[in-house]
Amino acid sequence: MTSNARGNLPPLSLHVPEPKFRPGDAVDYSHIAIPAAGAQARPDEGCVAAETHPLCLDMVRVLDEDHRAIGPWDPKLDADTLRRMLRTMALTRAFDDRMYRGQRQGKTSFYMKCTGEEATSVAPAMALADDDMVFPSYRQQGILISRGYPLVEMVNQIYSNRADKLKGRQLPIMYSARDYSFFTISGNLATQYPQAVGWAMASAIKGDSRIAATWIGEGSTAEGDFHAAMTFAAVYNAPVIFNVVNNQWAISSFSGFAGAERTTFAARAIGYGIAGIRVDGNDPLAVYAATRWAADRARSNGGPTLIEHFTYRAEGHSTSDDPGQYRSAQEREEWPLGDPIMRLKRHLIALGEWSDEQHDAMDRELMDHVKAATKEAEKNGILGHGLHHPFHTMFEDVFEELPWHLKEQSEQAIRERRIKWPEWKES
Amino acid sequence: MIVEEAPVSLQDAPTRRLNMIEAINDALDIMMTRDPNIVVMGEDVGYFGGVFRATAGLQKKHGKTRVFDTPISECGIIGVAVGMGAYGLRPVPEIQFADYIYPGLDQLVSEAARLRYRSAGEFIAPLTVRSPFGGGIFGGQTHSQSPEALFTHVSGIKTVIPSTPHDAKGLLIAAIEDNDPVIFFEPKRIYNGPFNGYYDKPVEPWAKHDDSVVPDGYYSIPLGKARIVRPGQAFTVLAYGTMVHVAAAVCAEKGVDAEIIDLRSLVPLDIETVEKSVEKTGKCLIVHEATRTCGFGAELSALVQERCFYHLEAPIERVTGFDTPYPHSLEWAYFPGPVRIGEAIDRLTKA
Repeated sequence: MTSNARGNLPPLSLHVPEPKFRPGDAVDYSHIAIPAAGAQARPDEGCVAAETHPLCLDMVRVLDEDHRAIGPWDPKLDADTLRRMLRTMALTRAFDDRMYRGQRQGKTSFYMKCTGEEATSVAPAMALADDDMVFPSYRQQGILISRGYPLVEMVNQIYSNRADKLKGRQLPIMYSARDYSFFTISGNLATQYPQAVGWAMASAIKGDSRIAATWIGEGSTAEGDFHAAMTFAAVYNAPVIFNVVNNQWAISSFSGFAGAERTTFAARAIGYGIAGIRVDGNDPLAVYAATRWAADRARSNGGPTLIEHFTYRAEGHSTSDDPGQYRSAQEREEWPLGDPIMRLKRHLIALGEWSDEQHDAMDRELMDHVKAATKEAEKNGILGHGLHHPFHTMFEDVFEELPWHLKEQSEQAIRERRIKWPEWKES
Repeated sequence: MIVEEAPVSLQDAPTRRLNMIEAINDALDIMMTRDPNIVVMGEDVGYFGGVFRATAGLQKKHGKTRVFDTPISECGIIGVAVGMGAYGLRPVPEIQFADYIYPGLDQLVSEAARLRYRSAGEFIAPLTVRSPFGGGIFGGQTHSQSPEALFTHVSGIKTVIPSTPHDAKGLLIAAIEDNDPVIFFEPKRIYNGPFNGYYDKPVEPWAKHDDSVVPDGYYSIPLGKARIVRPGQAFTVLAYGTMVHVAAAVCAEKGVDAEIIDLRSLVPLDIETVEKSVEKTGKCLIVHEATRTCGFGAELSALVQERCFYHLEAPIERVTGFDTPYPHSLEWAYFPGPVRIGEAIDRLTKA
């Protein structure tokens, strides 16, 4: 390109971010500052937002090198609760592994794992009330599992079979579970963020006590919806918790393409004047404590909090992705914040409340549990094998009532089925 | 320069067999080499080369400031493309799926489409927005949509849809050279082979199809010029993208002598070719995958009725997707496939 620089002014140059490591590169994470666990101050939940702002550039951590829980953010959970948290995270991982295999075996079209990020959905779900409304992105299956949503229903949805409560309409993992205060997942990015604010505003309008929480990946914070959500939440002091799951990668784009070369995602809170906390997303106790802090604040009319969960996407974006094409395989192995399940396991062992034998037995039991749910769901069919919802359901719920043109189109679809499969009977 | 007919040199040019992705990649590469003002940007298009690999190798060859990843913000992607166009660049932004283009609509509809008009030609928006569209890949409602009619409805935007590797290359080159904003929708179901709608039969790769023969080097296919895929007498088929192949396969199976027209660009539309054909055949079948109500077929139907009324021997037939979001498990019940098209053909033939 010819330079249009005038006189002796220096030519401008465009900065395009580049991740530190590409396939085959040795990984060195020394540039990531990891503060000592327990070293971060814990302001009162009713503080002015600015008091939290140092935490936006820090990292709240509870579990130390010796697997102890220390410092002011230690949520001091009893052993039963810790074991439940461990079990839920392990179940989430076992479920992901099985569903990933199911997709590879051709039982469905698509799947997304949350491996390595389990703490960022399971711990918040446990810190919230079960009827607090959540507006998740597509990687928070841990919330549904925490809230006791039946695994078999999840598998039915993933297989898009005739028992799928969403009638086979949605891409796998785009769950909806109103009875579990779990909003329907969109697939379009960041749309849930302002919706969570709206729900929280409505709860405040009606003098309710329930709050809203929402999740987004760091990549999607670039969408305009994010800015809209933050602005409305700040203006109306809405009782909402914004979770940014910074797993470092948005498909092939590293977090630098969402602004991470300049500041943290938690620091977005500073500009909007709301509370913000950056947390070690692989430390389930820190995640729990931060959520609990934000929930208490929101519930007492203290307003919104933005929580950045600093974590790592250990697997591909989805079954359609191959991360070996764009990032170093060593990244996962070297991730300096470890694995959330292992960290909680070691903590429980250090407390004398758990053992390797118990853990192995639990893993085997969970595998069997997931397998049983899968087998049960398979009785209702897998994708593409005929056991789907009847054709007329395709036209329902477009509107509350079926207008004439959809009635005609429904008849058309059923006629086409009779022409193509004359023997087939609607079961 | 856009040529009306292939020049002799092009006819003699060496050719290669390419699939549609490779043809698009080739067009981008050739244009970036010819014109230093072209920049390619979008989510995952840089180092990775795009989730469908359409931009593979371009960053390495043309550099990071000409081929780069963007933040996940369609509003931002289109908005900065408008600004780059104002400077004098020719941006070719990619929106990863047409289903995700909506946050960029204000920048497209209110800005790109009207810069020329509102500034009386002082500013133009010479961008080409590439985006995979259409279903048939079990992508559910967020990876299957065909929103072309939203754009054909807007004054000041051109809408182009190729159906073969040969056309994809020539049309994309013409779109990039065009000084107006162009939406270039790529039918992702036929990226790798000319899917014909018989989803329960094996799909042929492009390599076995004549239209995968792509000339090396530069050539352009003018926007607004339809392609007669197959001349015929019985009735006229108006289609574009994937549905060209589906309609052709159903006509072949039924043994009907249809004249199949691939519109290639919806705006500008090659109305002459449409009129000439319908005047000859007296019957018209319009096929698109998009939802029916206010789909582009409605516009086509109105045009044919207005301009060819006294030649028509049967009501115009429209075969389309249903007016529902694109379903996941019932994808093939939704898709306007051989049965739906076959019924319309039967009605036309009997009329």
